[in-house]
Amino acid sequence: MNEPAPRALTTLASKTAITLTLNGSDTQLEVEPWTTLLDLLRERLDMTGTKKGCDHGQCGACTVLVNGKRVLSCLTLAIMQDGAAITTIEGLCTGDTLHAMQQAFIEHDALQCGYCTPGQICSAVALIAEGKARTRDDIRELMSGNLCRCGAYPNIIAAIEQVMQRAEQQSR
Amino acid sequence: MINFSYVRTTDVSEAVREIALDPSARFIAGGTNIIDLMKENVARPTRLIDITRLPLNRIEDTPDGGLRLGALCTNADTAYDDQVQRRYPLLSKAILAGASAQLRNMATNGGNLLQRTRCYYFYDTGTPCNKREPGSGCPAISGLNRLHAVLGASEHCIAVHPSDMCVALAALQAIVRVQGPQGERAIPYAEFQRLPGDTPQIDNNLGREEIITAIDLPAQGYPDHYAYLKVRDRTSYAFALVSVAAALEMDGDTIRDARIALGGVAHKPWRDNDAEALLIGQAATDQNFRCVADAYMRGARGYAHNTFKIELAKLAIVRALVQAVRMERNGDKQLHRTTTEPR
Repeated sequence: MNEPAPRALTTLASKTAITLTLNGSDTQLEVEPWTTLLDLLRERLDMTGTKKGCDHGQCGACTVLVNGKRVLSCLTLAIMQDGAAITTIEGLCTGDTLHAMQQAFIEHDALQCGYCTPGQICSAVALIAEGKARTRDDIRELMSGNLCRCGAYPNIIAAIEQVMQRAEQQSR
Repeated sequence: MINFSYVRTTDVSEAVREIALDPSARFIAGGTNIIDLMKENVARPTRLIDITRLPLNRIEDTPDGGLRLGALCTNADTAYDDQVQRRYPLLSKAILAGASAQLRNMATNGGNLLQRTRCYYFYDTGTPCNKREPGSGCPAISGLNRLHAVLGASEHCIAVHPSDMCVALAALQAIVRVQGPQGERAIPYAEFQRLPGDTPQIDNNLGREEIITAIDLPAQGYPDHYAYLKVRDRTSYAFALVSVAAALEMDGDTIRDARIALGGVAHKPWRDNDAEALLIGQAATDQNFRCVADAYMRGARGYAHNTFKIELAKLAIVRALVQAVRMERNGDKQLHRTTTEPR
């Protein structure tokens, strides 16, 4: 084995080129190592649907989907997501048709100020995809990472439960 | 967050070489703790080594009948893994009692072991802290210490380790596998994390140039009699005031083997082999459980705001043991659902 060890990808310059599939579109970007995915979305790409609440991973307002899994974009370095598929609240609708979860939040009046709503909806979409919730208590437990300062929790749970039940009916 | 350089590795040996090259470099995987600490200016690495693409994300059988959890498996993938749920339900329950769905999707098993305390003073760079700045003092001892340790603390530090997963790993007597410049070694769980003593800045016995590659679970996973009871200020998404991982092997009403580990009470998951041994060969009665609970909390010392933890821990031990015994008697494995929530 005389082959040289594989060279690590090293960033010495302040910016590195990455590619993200952002709401379905391949996007080439140059990012500094310390740029979080949240700041990249909001400050660089003007995609302000994703909210900065606490910026410390405690409130869930910045929840987005990375490769289909819900994560906190405030604790995610953009440079580490090179090649990943990112879905934000802006990418959930199809044309003018809202995602079922967005529609359910409207029908159930599942918000007051709306600041936590994009994170709640992204989190709820992932919750349905994970398929671990069966009861209202399960929804409450598995949505506990998304805080709502207005206290719209009962309506948020009702909206998610409706989408969950309809998804179950369709899969029968 | 200070500026830093970034390197991505795809090979464990290369990662070890990279960390050895730069004393102020740090590994990053899930990032859920270190990025937060960097935003608070508590961690100030000048270089981050991205290890997320190392081939350490599998869960596989070990030759001795146990299960090997890759260090880079996420907490969520571990907790929901079929083998973990079936053979080590205590570990699954403990993981799911911690953090939130989003954090569990990000956080890795290796990172869970290495997370730092959430002591307010450790996080606040405007205050002294012996863990953050050795020799500067510990304001928690005479300050806000409701969440702090009642066992194994020192005059230098009364912080607690915040993990739920680690409490189960301690009870299961997991083995932490690590790799460093001198090769690989295996660290028994009881020897992995440390008490603060006069070096509270050192959380564990992992060398600075070592990386965790896997966590091995022994064959015995106590799937028939276990409970993870977590008592906290709100029902979900809060650190433990006290938590108990209890695992029993029963022969009728007689206890053949017992494991108890406590979270939220010390600088590491707390086990007491002498106290555990009091249960061996004994009947599963509330009286015997109370006896063990008293023995477990021998030597406990409370501070101004956390003395309540001592009695709380005793009651939690008794309740967890009762729950661990009852699950089979009732023929209802679902009973354990209630063990994660104080009601």
